[in-house]
Amino acid sequence: MSKKNYYLLSEGILKRKENTIYFVNEKGSKPLPINKIYSMYAYGQITISSQVISLFAKEGIPIHFFNYYGYYNGSFYPRESLLSGDLLIKQAEHNIDFSKRLKLAKLFVEGAAKNILKVLAYYKIENNIKNTLTELNESSKITEVMNVEGRIRAEYYQYFDDILPDEFKMEGRSRQPPTNMINSLISFGNSMMYASVITELYNTQLNPTISYLHEPAERRFSLALDLSEIFKPIIVDRVIFYLVNKKMITEKDFNQDLNCCLLNDKGRATFVKEYNKRLETTIKHKDLGRKVSYQRLIRLEAYKLKKHVFGMKEYDPFVIWW
Amino acid sequence: MKSINGTQINYYFICKTKLWLFSHNIQMEQESDNVSLGKQLHETSYKKEKEFLIDNLINVDFIKNKDPIEIHEVKKTQSMEISHEYQLLYYMYYLKKEKDISNTVGYLNYQNIRKQIEIELTEEKEEELETVLNDIKSIVDSDVPSPKKSRICRKCAYFEFCFA
Repeated sequence: MSKKNYYLLSEGILKRKENTIYFVNEKGSKPLPINKIYSMYAYGQITISSQVISLFAKEGIPIHFFNYYGYYNGSFYPRESLLSGDLLIKQAEHNIDFSKRLKLAKLFVEGAAKNILKVLAYYKIENNIKNTLTELNESSKITEVMNVEGRIRAEYYQYFDDILPDEFKMEGRSRQPPTNMINSLISFGNSMMYASVITELYNTQLNPTISYLHEPAERRFSLALDLSEIFKPIIVDRVIFYLVNKKMITEKDFNQDLNCCLLNDKGRATFVKEYNKRLETTIKHKDLGRKVSYQRLIRLEAYKLKKHVFGMKEYDPFVIWW
Repeated sequence: MKSINGTQINYYFICKTKLWLFSHNIQMEQESDNVSLGKQLHETSYKKEKEFLIDNLINVDFIKNKDPIEIHEVKKTQSMEISHEYQLLYYMYYLKKEKDISNTVGYLNYQNIRKQIEIELTEEKEEELETVLNDIKSIVDSDVPSPKKSRICRKCAYFEFCFA
């Protein structure tokens, strides 16, 4: 697949001339051929016309918008062209039937935890996460499952201090706004991950609002939150460790205020570049016997979920195997 | 019988999982190169001929109004010949049963080798088709059949779905 993700980091205008999109900013006008665009992430202030939107709709290209803080604002989610009532019913059935929902919720937490364990093993960090994970067996409510997930993540974040240099100390998770550099990186990365999963869900017939671990009532694409859990440790967190430990991101890449810390333009550009590199990295897939990118792995996860609700094969969350 | 279309006949001979998924509207996103190639072929070849949609069900590539009436189907390669043959036979069968048109002859047109194969709807073929139609109905009404990996899977748009 030769289509690419495009990231708009500066202020500018998206224009359409026939079937080509141009990004116009103070540096000039850059053509973005429509059949090369897979999805778009807009971080700068963008002016966009309805002609651009209609071309994106026709080609099925989602655009994700982020605000000044790097938070997710929303997406242009083109009209669905692949509706399946059968699938929607099955998806809903797995939410309404509590035992079916609980099972899926647990699988998401289990997959996320196993990927966290892989990350920690790489840094040779001893931990208690395996024990906490066993408590899933006794969880009989979604809130209990969420609680196990929360404790695993809290413990995991503590170890960030062992992985990263002193100036990137965690001091507890803070968001909206993040108060220090590491929190800022985590928030920024997680919202990108959320958007990436939305893109993949758009390209399947799954309804992005019917979720299992997160409450579907969250006024968000909560299924994207569910799937993000699996990929955050192995995509977002690894990008953070890599960039910070290689000193590719340092204090100079942040704007620090009294109680707010945000990546600046240069920091964003560095992060986005590495994140995208990670999405495009390919691995040889065990079952498919072909090369698959991390981005595609997200899609495959959606397919696995589809198969689960159709009763073809039980969902087995992706756990990195190398 | 009425609700079965040509693609379903075609898929029946290729893969039962694909038949089930397609019949339940579980389509794949149109990213596969093969899918876009097929579409391209559809749009560019035999341009002067008109597609012919019957009862919103039977989509014949083109028809030549001769005696007998020629029913034409265009295909990319010969690799799935049996499925192509029965798809075309079904069109002729449908015309006979539903429209009372029986003086037809079928032609499979293979683009890559510029070859044409003539197909005739015999009584024997009709019986076979009826078995196939019944079989399709029962497959679609049952649970989805497990995919079986074979040589042809790698090129299928459902490959990743089936084996991930």
